[in-house]
Amino acid sequence: MKFIYLALAMTTFTQSAFAETVKRVLSIGGANTEIIYALDAEELLVGNDTTSTYPEAANALPKVGYMRALSAEGVLSLSPDLIILTEEAGPPSVIAQLKQANANLLLLKASRSIADIQANIKAIGVALDREQQANDLLKRISSDNDKLLSAISNQKSPKKLLFVLQHGGGAPMVAGGNTAADSIIKIAGGENAVSGYDGYKTLTPEAAVKLQPDFFLVTNRGLAQVGGIEKFKDIPGINLTEAGRNGKVISMDALYLLGFGPRTVEAALKLAKLQESSE
Amino acid sequence: MRSLTSSPNYLTLTNIPPVVVFTAGLLCLGLMSLSIGAISISPLQLLTGNLTELHSTVLTQIRMPRVLLGGIVGAGLAVSGAVMQGLFRNPLADPGLIGVASGAALSVACVIVLFGTLPGVFGLYGLSFAAFGGGILTSIIIFKIAASSGSFSVTYLLLAGIAINSLSGAATGFLTYLSDDQQLRSFTFWTMGSLGGALWPAVFVSSSVIIPTIFILMKNARNINVLMLGEEEAHNLGIDTKKLKRVIIICSAITVGAAVAVSGMIGFIGLLVPHLIRLLISSDNRLVIPLSALLGAALLIFADTLARTLVSPAEMPVGILTSIIGGPFFLWLLMRQFSHRFGL
Repeated sequence: MKFIYLALAMTTFTQSAFAETVKRVLSIGGANTEIIYALDAEELLVGNDTTSTYPEAANALPKVGYMRALSAEGVLSLSPDLIILTEEAGPPSVIAQLKQANANLLLLKASRSIADIQANIKAIGVALDREQQANDLLKRISSDNDKLLSAISNQKSPKKLLFVLQHGGGAPMVAGGNTAADSIIKIAGGENAVSGYDGYKTLTPEAAVKLQPDFFLVTNRGLAQVGGIEKFKDIPGINLTEAGRNGKVISMDALYLLGFGPRTVEAALKLAKLQESSE
Repeated sequence: MRSLTSSPNYLTLTNIPPVVVFTAGLLCLGLMSLSIGAISISPLQLLTGNLTELHSTVLTQIRMPRVLLGGIVGAGLAVSGAVMQGLFRNPLADPGLIGVASGAALSVACVIVLFGTLPGVFGLYGLSFAAFGGGILTSIIIFKIAASSGSFSVTYLLLAGIAINSLSGAATGFLTYLSDDQQLRSFTFWTMGSLGGALWPAVFVSSSVIIPTIFILMKNARNINVLMLGEEEAHNLGIDTKKLKRVIIICSAITVGAAVAVSGMIGFIGLLVPHLIRLLISSDNRLVIPLSALLGAALLIFADTLARTLVSPAEMPVGILTSIIGGPFFLWLLMRQFSHRFGL
């Protein structure tokens, strides 16, 4: 019993100490950085990583490198009193070094669902003493989520979407299961045209014909790389599908669509509406 | 090889033995490297011990293991390069020929692509074990194939090495094809090498492997000198060439395996450093091996200092820098050699 009291006392103590002293925050991971900006806590931010590209202002801060290839000393040189990172950050040995150096780490789950995003917003709100802003943001997200659910329930039948990722001049890649694209398609009430494998695979012309998606989903940058929607329609395979011939292509910003941050529900709602409107 | 020995021995012109010069240089460089970094600590503070808590944590937990690891890995890679060149009697030989690097890369790619992130201790040291295991296994396979020829000739060793290297390269390529963006990125970073994750246990384990093998190779230096005259000659002079070759291969495989396990793939040191020593000092392996160890350590510590300061607070993969520094310098030296020889 004594132990429990002690533990309780310790947690309340550390939490309050946490909120009062945090003045220099380092954010690792694009979604975390977006949340910090959404909570109006950007004045606490002293740096971020190369995956933090939204909002534009985040690019002006010092970058500690790619989130999976951090350097312990580089991170510590910004003298952060709180480092917010997801479990994807690494390498593991650098995380171990940071722990040894007694750095204050807030380790969050890498989001793959709306519930994950909400949990992370709550955790960051508490850590940065922005609980009011976090509640407002959560309210906005849940009202968007209601709109999303009603939009989905009004859909006649789920549409088959095929997410196409364009890497330079090479063959297009399409998203299978267990990818961010797959998750967002499902959240938006759609159906991934690809089933049966995880990760990204090259799209062969025959596979495109066989999959017959209702829509192609692409990123703005990917579409620009191919040279616009007309060129996209001419890609071998895509030109053989109904959706390709009719130009049923939905294009969205990559981080907005796949970032799994505070704007994700909004993006899913937009995606759900785009499927309906362009019928 | 012989023509290189006829070059003027710049450093031997002085009376101070080169080992002393190199050791002193390495110590100065090590001390400098300890004081330079994203968080600056002046050499004066370092020597007087007048440090804040953050400084001393950074120094003892992050920078010191890193500098030591750089030294050990650099020494190991350079020495195994030196003995490989001796064994194959070929100036282009490097530790890659006995398959350690390609085997390690294959096994690391397997772990990254097929198992994803591992929990706990396996997450921290999983890739190291995979790299060491894969590297050693591959060199054992090459060794066995070469030994099955009966004569255990260097030619068979070379050919088996090339075949197995290209096989494991193909398997790594296949795994790369299977991988997603993030796995590919993790793997690419690994292949470019980094000393960023230097923790004390890695320093202790790798030095307890690499330092003894360097001494074993140093003890065999005279025999390697004889082997370089030719296998037949060495045999006639009463050297057990079979045993000598086995010692060289096993020692280099273990050394490179340990180096790759703690730092990923760091290129060029194994090729470059022994050549520099031969060009500048002597091609007597009794000097080449210890001096390669010292110069390899110095070069890697220097490259790593640049890697962690150039783009601070981020850092560059050190493998890129060893090649950027080493390549042009090596070319310059070679061209000087040519101009001496051909009067260009």
